Amino acid sequence: MATSAVPAVHDRAARPRSLSGSSRHDQLFRAILTACALAIPVLIVMLLIVLVRGADPAIRKFGLHFIVDSTWDPIAGKFGAFPLIVGTLLTSLLALVIAVPLSLGVAIYLTEFAPEMVRKPIAMTIELLAAIPSVVYGLWGVFVLMPILRTAVFPLLRSVLGFLPFFQGVIYGPSVLAASVILAIMIMPFIMSVSREVLLAVPNSQREAALALGATRWEAVRTAIVPYARSGILGAIILGLGRALGETMAVTMLIGNRHEIVASLFAPGYTMAAVIANEFAEAQDRMHFAAMTYVALVLFLVTVIINAAARLLIWRVSRGAGSGGKEL
Amino acid sequence: MVGLMIGAVIVAVLPLIFILGSLIVRGAGSLSVAFFTRMPVPAGETGGGVLHAIVGTLIIVGIAALMGVPIGMGAGLHAAEYPGSKISWTARFVADVMNGTPSIVVGVFAYTLVVAPQKHYSAFAGSLALAVLMVPMIMRSTEELIKLVPNSLREAALALGYARWRTSLSIVLRTALPGIVTGSLLAIARVAGETAPLLLTALGNQYFSVDINGPMETLPHVVYKYATGPYEEWHQFAWAAALVLILVVLVLSIAARIATRQKFGGARG
Repeated sequence: MATSAVPAVHDRAARPRSLSGSSRHDQLFRAILTACALAIPVLIVMLLIVLVRGADPAIRKFGLHFIVDSTWDPIAGKFGAFPLIVGTLLTSLLALVIAVPLSLGVAIYLTEFAPEMVRKPIAMTIELLAAIPSVVYGLWGVFVLMPILRTAVFPLLRSVLGFLPFFQGVIYGPSVLAASVILAIMIMPFIMSVSREVLLAVPNSQREAALALGATRWEAVRTAIVPYARSGILGAIILGLGRALGETMAVTMLIGNRHEIVASLFAPGYTMAAVIANEFAEAQDRMHFAAMTYVALVLFLVTVIINAAARLLIWRVSRGAGSGGKEL
Repeated sequence: MVGLMIGAVIVAVLPLIFILGSLIVRGAGSLSVAFFTRMPVPAGETGGGVLHAIVGTLIIVGIAALMGVPIGMGAGLHAAEYPGSKISWTARFVADVMNGTPSIVVGVFAYTLVVAPQKHYSAFAGSLALAVLMVPMIMRSTEELIKLVPNSLREAALALGYARWRTSLSIVLRTALPGIVTGSLLAIARVAGETAPLLLTALGNQYFSVDINGPMETLPHVVYKYATGPYEEWHQFAWAAALVLILVVLVLSIAARIATRQKFGGARG
């Protein structure tokens, strides 16, 4: 202890400066960290610039018509992304329809009802699903899930719901519905874990107040907890939507890859991400590349907007967590 | 209602068991020492291995980590040490947004930036794409873990006359380091399974290659190529490669989670 007298003398002079953060070393250190932090916004701007420049020939030739036009003919050099956009939105929304009730049920059960002992193990198990690479989902989807869907689930759907145009027609293996099912399995862990975090952020006073007023536990969930976490849960769902829109490998392997819009969900379709994965390596023509870069640009902008919206919603809940029940 | 929710839990856990089960049943039979030490054989013959893809994945992911980890850690340290600054807020928000950017879009970015000008596929472009995906993840996990370091440690170091930069590096970062390492491992495990950006950059290679300027094979790409191929032996091969891939990814993720929990559970308790 006593031996530290010498550095202490030196440090006494340095202390005021070190606290105000103005010593030269501190400035250098902060400059390096700032450069790292700035790299992230710079990266997203670079992404945007590179995509816009790459897509430039297609943007000039097709303009905004690109997103409403249905022709995709690399040989004639005519490109329109409408079927891709419809396919992307359709598979993602169907995946949400399947995944949202399931993930919210699991999240509510794990935060409100489950015995303390099983909460963490179940949450961790489901989160492991998020660690499985997309291509493995694709492999499993093609060789295990699709045969089950084709032989058991799709015929059942057709016989029960066959009066709807969505469940009519020939049953292929690769289809919009098969891709939606695998997407649902893939985005469920995200929606589950984010909404679980949001539900955990609901202050205990919310629960206690509802229970003290004589609500059952389920009534407390319905009237006091879920409404409080509403915008955060919405954020979690939108985050899941963002994942689904950009998911590539599993969808490419299951959707059947056809540039067409058919009402039947049993028919093959195509998505924006899948067309890039399939055709990029084989494209020869400059306009073909530009068209696919244009598709990537559209996909990028859509996911950026969706993710920004989701983050703002989730931040609002976690920031409002202290202000107790005002939203009710 | 609770019954329905338990049903939801079962339906949610089922795919994991089902997927792992199929992988083991269909993949384990094809695993052997040769699978890890040999090269693939032509279609029609049985046997062969994925040595080239294992080495390729290690090289591509390793270079990506060399580029992505320092930048991500620096940005995370900045966000945790100067939480009020506008730059931190922007970086944090953009990182969250970028975490949701489709990996195929990042693949197009790396293609346009590296592959198109030099007119041939390259493993380096793949590393670049994976690094871009890695930075926001590592930044966020670093920031969260540094926030857990008790302020009293920081105050004690400053009170002893440590300069701010030394406090940040040798006290704060040092304390959070085990957690940051596991957070980085998680991010590395995530990108090691990425296929989409590699389709546009490293592409794949039938032969053994360590040239980072040329095309290189990776495990996820082997799974994709053999799964979508026409031969039954290829499908067997894909299952075995997928089993290896998932073992790598799951072991990394589970180990990272357990390590983090122990370190921080002990420190805070």
